[in-house]
Amino acid sequence: MFKKTLAELARGLRAKEFSSVELTRALLKRIDESQPALNSVISITADSAMAAAAAADGQIAAGTAKPLTGLPVLHKDIFCTKGVRTTCGSRMLDNFVSPYDATVVARLRQAGMIMLGKANMDEFAMGSSNETSYFGAVKNPWNPALVPGGSSGGSAAAVAARLTPMATATDTGGSIRQPAALCGVTGIKPTYGRVSRYGMIAFASSLDQAGIIALTAEDAALVLNVMAGFDPHDSTSVDAPVPDYTATLGDSLQGLRIGIIQQFFDAGLDPAVAAAVRAALAVYEQLGATLVEVDLPALPLSVPTYYVVAPAEASSNLARFDGVRFGYRCQDPVNLEDLYKRSRGEGFGAEVKRRIMTGTYVLSAGYYDAYYLKAQRVRQLIAQDFARAFANVDVLVGPTTPTPAFALGAKTADPITMYLNDIYTIGANMAGLPALSIPCGFAAELPVGLQIIGAHFAEARLLNVAHQYQLATDWHRRVPLVWAE
Amino acid sequence: MSTNDWETVIGLEIHAQLATRSKIFSGSATAYGASPNAQANLVDLGYPGVLPVLNAEVVRMAVMFGLAVGASIAPRSVFARKNYFYPDLPKGYQISQFELPIVSQGSLDIVLDDGERKRIGITRAHLEEDAGKSMHEGLGKFTGIDLNRAGTPLVEIVSEPDMRSAKEAVAYLKKVHTLVRYLEICDGNMQEGSFRCDANVSVRKRGASEFGTRAEIKNINSFRYVEKAINYEVARQIDLLESGGKVVQETRLYDPDEGETRSMRSKEEANDYRYFPDPDLLPLEIDQAYIDQVRASLPELPDQKAARFSSSYGLSDYDAGVLTAGRDLADYFEATAAAIASSPPSAEHAKLAANWVSGALAAALNANNLEITASRISAPSLAALLRRIADNTISGKIAKDVFEEMWTSGREADAIIESKGLRQITDTGAIERAIDEVIAKSPAQLADYRAGKDKLFGYFVGQVMKATGGKANPAQLNELLKAKLIASPD
Repeated sequence: MFKKTLAELARGLRAKEFSSVELTRALLKRIDESQPALNSVISITADSAMAAAAAADGQIAAGTAKPLTGLPVLHKDIFCTKGVRTTCGSRMLDNFVSPYDATVVARLRQAGMIMLGKANMDEFAMGSSNETSYFGAVKNPWNPALVPGGSSGGSAAAVAARLTPMATATDTGGSIRQPAALCGVTGIKPTYGRVSRYGMIAFASSLDQAGIIALTAEDAALVLNVMAGFDPHDSTSVDAPVPDYTATLGDSLQGLRIGIIQQFFDAGLDPAVAAAVRAALAVYEQLGATLVEVDLPALPLSVPTYYVVAPAEASSNLARFDGVRFGYRCQDPVNLEDLYKRSRGEGFGAEVKRRIMTGTYVLSAGYYDAYYLKAQRVRQLIAQDFARAFANVDVLVGPTTPTPAFALGAKTADPITMYLNDIYTIGANMAGLPALSIPCGFAAELPVGLQIIGAHFAEARLLNVAHQYQLATDWHRRVPLVWAE
Repeated sequence: MSTNDWETVIGLEIHAQLATRSKIFSGSATAYGASPNAQANLVDLGYPGVLPVLNAEVVRMAVMFGLAVGASIAPRSVFARKNYFYPDLPKGYQISQFELPIVSQGSLDIVLDDGERKRIGITRAHLEEDAGKSMHEGLGKFTGIDLNRAGTPLVEIVSEPDMRSAKEAVAYLKKVHTLVRYLEICDGNMQEGSFRCDANVSVRKRGASEFGTRAEIKNINSFRYVEKAINYEVARQIDLLESGGKVVQETRLYDPDEGETRSMRSKEEANDYRYFPDPDLLPLEIDQAYIDQVRASLPELPDQKAARFSSSYGLSDYDAGVLTAGRDLADYFEATAAAIASSPPSAEHAKLAANWVSGALAAALNANNLEITASRISAPSLAALLRRIADNTISGKIAKDVFEEMWTSGREADAIIESKGLRQITDTGAIERAIDEVIAKSPAQLADYRAGKDKLFGYFVGQVMKATGGKANPAQLNELLKAKLIASPD
């Protein structure tokens, strides 16, 4: 049962092969048992999950069920969940019980999905290895000595280990696609503005986007159908109709024009990863696609640009964590300054502090023009590069990451090396484009991710392109050996 | 050196709270006086994950203000974050506008003591959210935070340094105050903090082209304090400069109890606010059609109304100015004048209404601390009283008494005049009889008057008025009395 995709589970529930209560109980047990090995969740919401599953079974029996009723979801702990601890992977929010649901959470709840718990993540989504979590690192299900990627490492590891068929995630510079690639699962970051950010604890507001980690593109389409759409609580969400993303999954790829981003096949790319990606491109040619080389000259500037824009916004977004109204407060502050300094000093981890300091610096008087303003201009150039490319091609394809999963602790001492992990993923965030990562093979027995980037609001096209590949291959069906039973 | 050798330069930053029902970025109510934090929702509290959504009404009000001061309305303005830590600032930043404000380059005219008009430039007006309040009383060693005010919409109106005296500053402040209430975008309540101002004050040698170093005075919450605070600060700066010192750029707080300004923080201690565009809010785009629509909805503005009162009713500039100081007052005046006899009123009736509205009625309202809208005498009732002056039923003097009676009892003028028999005596015979009686009783005074003591004329008027209970028509009395006094005894 646990190896089934969301679509298969939906059919099973409808056919009464098993109940939502049985499914939920089995997955909760699996999560619980996996914790010592993977540490993929921060909270398990067993009681409310079982109650919701029983209610879902009632609706299925009564014939009032919706397409996703009774199906499980694990929420990244960045999404506020009413009455449930919402930590964002930080000591700062260790004690924070949210009084409200994020729009993403509310929509999936209304669609009938059962929340199993809250997934582990890098602290405030700042990290590419899940090692910055206050609640401990998540392990890669393919090899527990390796990182699962980040920041949505808990979400990706849980789906890869078949603890849940689907998890929510967020992506600011690659935080959905990079862990999806390193764990061998499917992850989609929709267009900026396609999914509401309300109730998603902000890291870098102009880049953050909620998305999905699942086993297949088809499953992602099913969930995106209910997750996407305008939210009056989020001024940056886009008021545009949401198509049925499952309707076009079966479309032929005959005549599809795929752009190969030259800048992605650089010296830093692991040859085994490159080989897997080239093999995937060959599959697409067999499916009727034509390949075109595409030049995006400004793209190599995306990492330094990102590390100006994202910390700047973060330094401001994280100012509200001051020990006054919620979250961590230091013991016995002697005065206001002491309260601020120790609450923030003790509540935030090292990487978060590094980014707050960087962001504060680049926004400071005398530095703003040279850093923040210049970074915004470069961001425009990157977006223009993409816009030019999409005049000639339907999608852009390349590797998701330069290497497969790396060892825990291997890059923690050197932030720059760690940051370069997101070199291929940040561009889509800079331009606000939708992008996804699907498994496309192995390098040294570790999964490799294929990244597909689309034009704004081309999610349906991306999912179609990914689904057709998954019909032709079975990389997405591979389960890490220890989690296959 | 004397004070006359120095020139004062003043610019004002006015914060007007916009009279919306809900906050600028959340649905919480903005009503004043609720118990602490009763009007603060998760957005106002800056909870993790919440986002701001702009209240459209706030934009409409800012555009109204901009059009009313002849400013340009930005087709694209941007909300920015002003970052600093303070417990009553829940997000750790205030959402404001920085580089691209919604309103820029307007002006307002003030009238100086000598009757000259002076134009005061308005550099910009931008939208922002208010912070909450820290409370220090009754909480022991703790500080309380009330976030009811957090997120209340403000328009900050920044003037050019165009004012040259505290009086000019007060005139400008009053002008803005009148305008925002005309537009019904701010209730103007200074005690509740809905309308407050900071003053940038500097002095320089008369004739100098460079500005002196300025001090920013905060916390001035009445017109009187604005004048006092500026005058104190000007004297302090002149003293300092004349004794060889230097003015330092700093923020100073006005203490109304001591009547002085005190240093709050120097420029070196000032925050680096790290402004940057708020990524949670899209740039605010306003098209011409919207501007035209708001323009069409503008009420008649104070200056336009005063000009019309002068030209249509023949009022003096002074009277027109007084009567247009408030929209409700002006409406009351117009309703009264038009109800005396005919609409539009004659110049004579308009002047009569102007005198009574700005005289007796204003005094009564003032004494009872009432707004014109709460007047105990309605405009039609006052008009009914003035009608009796106009048609000579009662004299102006008697009308004062009737007015008092109307104010206290709430009765109508005609009823009071009838029941108390106050109708003016216009019967020539009756007045002559009263004159004859007075002359008969005053042989000595009569002799003196005829011997040339003209001043005694008043004595005779007074005696006749006394004898008629004040009801003799004054004009008729004058005429008849003159004839009788001159006539030689039979």
